Amino acid sequence: MSAAVTLRGVSMRYGGFLALDNVSLALEAGEFAVLLGPSGCGKSTLLAILGGFAEPSAGTVEIGGRDMAGVPPRHRPTTTMFQDYALFPHMTLVDNVAFGLRMRGMGRRARRARAEELLALVGLEGAGRRHPDALSGGQRQRVALARALAVEPQVLLLDEPLGALDLKLRRQMQDELKAIQRRVGTTFVHVTHDQEEAMAIADRIVVMNAGRIEDEGPAREVYLRPRSLFAAAFMGELNQIPGRGTGAALDTPLGRLPLAAAGPVVLCLRPEAIRAGPVEDAPEAPPAIDLGPARLLEATFFGTHHRAHFAPLAAPDLRLVVHLPQGTAPEPGATARLWARAPVLLPRPAPEATP
Amino acid sequence: MTRAWRWLGWVYLALAFGFILLPVGVLVTFSFQDGRLPVPPFRGPSLRWYAEVLADRRLMAGLGNSLMVAGVSATVALGLGFLAAVGLARHQLPGAAVLRLVLIAPLTVSYLIIALGLLSLYNRAGVGLSLWTAGVGHVVINLPLCFAILYAAMGPHLRAAERAARDLGAGEAAVLWHVTAPMLAPALLAAWFLAFTFSWDEFIIAFLLTRFDVTLPVEIWALLRSGISPRANAIGSLVFLVSVVVVVAVQLIALRKARA
Repeated sequence: MSAAVTLRGVSMRYGGFLALDNVSLALEAGEFAVLLGPSGCGKSTLLAILGGFAEPSAGTVEIGGRDMAGVPPRHRPTTTMFQDYALFPHMTLVDNVAFGLRMRGMGRRARRARAEELLALVGLEGAGRRHPDALSGGQRQRVALARALAVEPQVLLLDEPLGALDLKLRRQMQDELKAIQRRVGTTFVHVTHDQEEAMAIADRIVVMNAGRIEDEGPAREVYLRPRSLFAAAFMGELNQIPGRGTGAALDTPLGRLPLAAAGPVVLCLRPEAIRAGPVEDAPEAPPAIDLGPARLLEATFFGTHHRAHFAPLAAPDLRLVVHLPQGTAPEPGATARLWARAPVLLPRPAPEATP
Repeated sequence: MTRAWRWLGWVYLALAFGFILLPVGVLVTFSFQDGRLPVPPFRGPSLRWYAEVLADRRLMAGLGNSLMVAGVSATVALGLGFLAAVGLARHQLPGAAVLRLVLIAPLTVSYLIIALGLLSLYNRAGVGLSLWTAGVGHVVINLPLCFAILYAAMGPHLRAAERAARDLGAGEAAVLWHVTAPMLAPALLAAWFLAFTFSWDEFIIAFLLTRFDVTLPVEIWALLRSGISPRANAIGSLVFLVSVVVVVAVQLIALRKARA
């Protein structure tokens, strides 16, 4: 059971602060959506509005085609997996998980049986008689998930649920969340500031900043073809080269590049989309773009690759981050010719007016 | 040097505890006096005064009255204090700070003033003095205490659990019953037991606001007026015993919960 979620022109104002600025978003039923952004971008506010813990100052929220205005949390087809778990410490795990069913008037035997099923779903079978304070952080996480899923919500809201876990456990829980979502088919709306987490679990990533949606789409789309400079930089490391389009070409500090552009733009290149080759190499055929020779300043081994800093000879003040293949042996001071692919051109933001 | 200081510390500790506990020790010791006067020399242990006290109908009636007034007034104060704490901790009310202050204010007023105020109020209203009127006085002194203890115990942890309960479909009454009250159980018990002992020991309000049926402290005062006797020591020891049991109960409950 799952429902589509539609937001139209939703704004949220706290006093003079605009936490959400005219946000519109349509999520399909059964989708795993991730709201991604830095703290204060409005993603948690958006989640609170979906859960009914806050009423938007403007705009409409529909869940499963039903307008949610004035509907309190307990009458919404949503449940929330809270960041601090918020388990009931005085109840056993079974009673925690069965709480929502109890509030819906389900009989004791039936709801306990259902709670045991859900504990099994999250890998805690047989632990039903324990109390939350006897559990590790990861286990509490699972109980919170089971409790939120027990009432078969149409939309499950997850408020940075993995934030308190250590890295290894976080990666493991991401895989499990994804698998469980596939199994129950519920629409998941998950909030995080970790772009790797977003890419690991999301069908659709919604990048937010300063109360607005910057970009949305599948991870691949948002990473490789971002629609805003903010989204591009937030999704991963990015080389930004300022330039000015002349129509058929692009003038940059590195020289004129064969890229069609007009006006002030930023050439965005991911570190793994730049390749280093011998200086004397003949220019390759497009789509590889010749960035010219550059000097290697330093390189650090990261396991899967070397992360290297280059200074282009044409623009010695510019720094380019390049991921060199694992098998190479980068020598600081050496000069190489850099080749780029998958370039993304985004309009350069107007310089902030200084008073 | 340090050894001398440590030694002095122990001496200080012994003196302090002696100062606090000596009167109680003397009281309890001479309740076992085999003689007519509760003063040295100690003439050997005897339970005759305890037998006399336990056979005294008036004292036993006072004991029953005290238990009842303490139990009922502590329960009422706890209920009102709980609702006030929930209201002020969970809802944005206009003038909440003033409301909190007014609720706590009776703690700063002397029991005598509270008793006199209630007395003149009862006279005006034509309410006859009874255990009930004294019980109301005890609710007045214990409500601020219960409120303060419970209000302080309502942390963000509890708020998060209440939010989760609402999210899972609980109405406000269900939230209070299934989440707030059980999670506050240690604070609720501590507040109740404290309110109980305060009412149990209280004299001035009980003295001024009762007439025919009186509480144990008032009965003891009547007893003392007819001169000192080991009987007073014996009943005093019994009162002390009840207080100790209650305080130990609070400690055990609070400590057990704190460790869990």
